Amino acid sequence: MRRLWSLYGGYALGFVSLFLIWHLASLYVVSSVLFPPPTVVFKKAVVLVRSGVLLEHLSASIQRILMGFIAGSLLGMPIGLAMGSFRPVRKLLEPYTEFLRFIPSVAMITVAVIWFGIGEGSKIFLIIYTTIFIVILNTAAGVSAIAPNKIRAAQSLGATRAQIFLHVALPATVPFILTGMRLAMANSFTTIVAAELIAANEGLGKMLWDGRMFMLVDDIFVSLVTLGLLGFAVDRLFRWSIFTFAGKYSPAT
Amino acid sequence: MSTPLVSFRDVEKTYRSLQGVDYGAVEHFNLDIEAGEFFCLLGPSGCGKTTVLKMLAGFEAPSTGEILMDGRPVTGASRDRAVVFQGDDSLYGWLTAIENVEFGLRMRHVPKAERRARARHYLELVGLTGQAQKYPAELSGGMKQRIQIARVLANEPTMLLMDEPFAALDAQTRSLMQEELANIWQTTRTTVLFITHDIDEAVTLGRRIGVMRAGPRSQVKGVIEVALEGARTRTDDVFLRYYKQVYEMIRDEVATAMARAR
Repeated sequence: MRRLWSLYGGYALGFVSLFLIWHLASLYVVSSVLFPPPTVVFKKAVVLVRSGVLLEHLSASIQRILMGFIAGSLLGMPIGLAMGSFRPVRKLLEPYTEFLRFIPSVAMITVAVIWFGIGEGSKIFLIIYTTIFIVILNTAAGVSAIAPNKIRAAQSLGATRAQIFLHVALPATVPFILTGMRLAMANSFTTIVAAELIAANEGLGKMLWDGRMFMLVDDIFVSLVTLGLLGFAVDRLFRWSIFTFAGKYSPAT
Repeated sequence: MSTPLVSFRDVEKTYRSLQGVDYGAVEHFNLDIEAGEFFCLLGPSGCGKTTVLKMLAGFEAPSTGEILMDGRPVTGASRDRAVVFQGDDSLYGWLTAIENVEFGLRMRHVPKAERRARARHYLELVGLTGQAQKYPAELSGGMKQRIQIARVLANEPTMLLMDEPFAALDAQTRSLMQEELANIWQTTRTTVLFITHDIDEAVTLGRRIGVMRAGPRSQVKGVIEVALEGARTRTDDVFLRYYKQVYEMIRDEVATAMARAR
């Protein structure tokens, strides 16, 4: 019990105070239908869960994020490893990465919709786009952080270049890859909401947009809180898995 | 004398600094190392000892001159020349002690059962049988250096290159490790090039000691043969005589190195 408290007590207290401040603010400071208190939002959330609407929007957004995120990470990893390991590859691909990563994914929404329509294609494209460059950059940075002696040791133990790539560069870079993925996940949230706001038939972003159209303020808040909680949970999961599975991987020691 | 295993022939290595100034680490560097000998290369800090080792390891190429091993020029890293590094950053933190020791064998696709057995044998040789399943981060500095030694021995190289492998260890651990290394060398008789700046260490381990001049543009000033058989004791008269002989040869070089650093 004491252990549980020391681990999660702070979080629990933080969340309680967050909702308390929100509650007090909406009742006594702003006091408007445009800023509903958490109790009202929670009630609305229960209604939306019962009717299945929330779950429909939530699963649509999660699906898009996961598909784009996994595809983007799987593409980004080998490209980042190759760019970090081989100079000519880096020189060749840097114009792409350094040019494209400064065009925000939000700016690509219009193009994505023109190319892939308002269905899943455009959303997944945008999530891949927002994921891939961060994963590439972090992976490449991880490769250059590898202690030279790790590579030299492998060379003088008889490893080939391909073996060094697979057995030294890849595992040594794991923490950087995961950090890149964690950052990319945060960006995916921004991107998916923006994309769904503009063009989608369902999703948490679409829910926000409908809320504005039909003045369903409570729905807007349900969507916002869901996004926040989902992001928080996913990020904790990432941190936990980095800590648990990748603790022993390190480029330096 | 038979043909040496390794020969440095008029080797020169020049580095260029970021400011574009050339710095000659070694110049007209000549050295022969015989098969099966334990050769200590001793010199003041900054004299280019590590440069010599890196060139022989194949990590860096000489600017001019050549390095021959078994009569063939050294062109890159190879499993003939295994390296034990000074720090512990060459170990693979995601592999257990025994997996680190197996690394070279695994790269050569030695079957799992055989490489396990060989890795166990060498872990036993360095006294780490009980630590086989631990990760490097869980081991002390001395243990990590033992893993490095087991890792290179398991790969059965023609020669070992050791770059001040015990420099970062505390005094007690260091002298224990020197003793163990001396014993291991007695059993394996692998050719060793051992880099150090510690006279005591050189006299304890080396069959021959090459003393280098102060850098830049360093060379071997002289080579002293240490005719001490069996275990060496620091308080032994003969040991002290060799210590003094080496000390006298290196003293001026250390003074020069310090003066140049000022």
